Amino acid sequence: MALLRLIGRRLALAVPGLLGVVVVTFLLNRALPGDPAAFFAGPAATRQAVEEVRARLGLNRSLPEQFLSYVRDLARGDLGASLTTGQPVVQDLVARLPASLELTLAGLLLAMAVALPLGVAAATRPDSWIDHASRVITTAGVSLPIFFTGLLLVYVFYFLLGWAPAPLGRLDAFSIAPSPVTGFLVLDALIARDVTVAWAAVKHLALPAITLGLFAMAPIARMTRASMLGVLSSDFIRTARASGLAPSTVLVTYAFRNAMLPVVTLLGMVLSFLLGANVLVEKVFAWPGIGSYALEALIASDYAPVQGFVLMMATLYVFLNLALDIIYGLADPRVRIEA
Amino acid sequence: MFFRHARYVIGDNPVTALAAGLFAVLVALAVLGPFLAPHDPLLSDTARKLEPPSARHWFGTDQVGRDVLSRVIVATRLDLAISLSAVALAFAAGSLFGACAGYFGGWTDRVVTRVTDTIMAFPLFVLAMGIVAALGNTLANIVYATAIINVPFYARMARAEVNVRREAGFVDAARLAGNGPARILAVHLFPNCLPPMVVQASLNLGWAILNAAGLSFIGLGVRPPTPEWGIMVADGAAFIVSGEWWMSLFPGLALMLAVFCFNLLGDGIRDLIDPRRRT
Repeated sequence: MALLRLIGRRLALAVPGLLGVVVVTFLLNRALPGDPAAFFAGPAATRQAVEEVRARLGLNRSLPEQFLSYVRDLARGDLGASLTTGQPVVQDLVARLPASLELTLAGLLLAMAVALPLGVAAATRPDSWIDHASRVITTAGVSLPIFFTGLLLVYVFYFLLGWAPAPLGRLDAFSIAPSPVTGFLVLDALIARDVTVAWAAVKHLALPAITLGLFAMAPIARMTRASMLGVLSSDFIRTARASGLAPSTVLVTYAFRNAMLPVVTLLGMVLSFLLGANVLVEKVFAWPGIGSYALEALIASDYAPVQGFVLMMATLYVFLNLALDIIYGLADPRVRIEA
Repeated sequence: MFFRHARYVIGDNPVTALAAGLFAVLVALAVLGPFLAPHDPLLSDTARKLEPPSARHWFGTDQVGRDVLSRVIVATRLDLAISLSAVALAFAAGSLFGACAGYFGGWTDRVVTRVTDTIMAFPLFVLAMGIVAALGNTLANIVYATAIINVPFYARMARAEVNVRREAGFVDAARLAGNGPARILAVHLFPNCLPPMVVQASLNLGWAILNAAGLSFIGLGVRPPTPEWGIMVADGAAFIVSGEWWMSLFPGLALMLAVFCFNLLGDGIRDLIDPRRRT
């Protein structure tokens, strides 16, 4: 019950964030270079034709009126049409979103799977070789430009070693994509019991996911280490140890759960970086997600897809933060009582 | 006194001295770049295209035969200029708005907090892309976009720092002596907030370089043939699958060294002026 109340309150808190996102994307829409009416009317249009298009697009009305009709379009799921693909932007984005999500989530899971144990190990054995190793990795992780890491991995694992497939998308041309269920190729192939395709999808996913993971690992490992160090030196850990609890119980049940709270908070920031970095990684690996879709549109001066992409990313980020808030509530009972 | 303290802190952590040395090299390259470059960074020589590193071209040549070493050196100025001006803009705007929000409270505070929260509601790099797409694909807009996504960090920090000192004795004394809010903020409060803000700025520089380079990597802002690290890595990306690694590696390494240098320098400055946060 308390949990439901917490979720309700967090949902209400996400509303101003979403509203701000909509206002900003509207402003970005209005600030577009050039005159959209002249653009849509075509180069041969007369002045009168341009004015007609302007009236049809509603560009001659006041800003608040335009904002209202923008919000109405959004509510109907209308983000305009892409000039390059000729499709409604929403349709294009929804078709490509699973590829981006698969990549981001794989990167995040990979980062957490490595960074959490690394941070804990570094905190329990300060100044040991593992502590130094984790410091080197985290410093390198924040200094390496993500597109550069991706290219280095391509050079080593594709060109030199030949272990990875060519960095050209999610599957080879000769593999047949499984029928979409989740949109995540690896899962879909497993659902279709096609182990060969699943393995091919994993191989294509590996390098881009490792690139993202290396990048996200640094802040998570650093924060886990700092937070664990703080918790391990606190009184209740000393009491737990003095009471004769098994070291693993003290470490996992007592220390780790408490140390996770700041890490969960940090994940919000990490996700912001990951969603941005996703665009760069998609470009390096020709990954057919929403990032490379927006980039193609941007190069072609086709702005509706770019705005739709920014809006979708921001909405996604707001909801991911909401999910993190709820996870935080699950991990920390105090938050539930306050709600 | 300060120098003795500086020597003590640096002696404790020689890495800071290394970072300072690296920073000096970067600045020297930025200032003297065009004189130090062994070749003309824009001169193409198709007879010598895609040559691996050699005695003549230490870093090899690119797809139209330009000298990669010269381009990496000359690019230093542009990369540093973009990130420095973006961070300076963000620092100025953020500390102004943040300090006002912290000092006046009320609706000023609500507006500033709401705006910074809205910026932070976006994945920041994606917002920068959107801003550049909306304002137009120019170098100046790269600087503005990078500045805008950095503003919230400074605004929040300035707000918090001013807020805790607003009711301090020395501020009351200044107010009693007849100083107006603008003067109190500028002369009495702001200098006290500077140390943590400067640390934040130097830690931010590395991130600003990465963002700006990321934007030019995806084809925004800097136009070819202008030498810039991000766009050079992007140019080399097409050739790395066929094994021509030098085109991407060297500008990428330069970028990494610059970011590394600023991060270490930020840690060093923090040790210097705020011993409590030393790690």
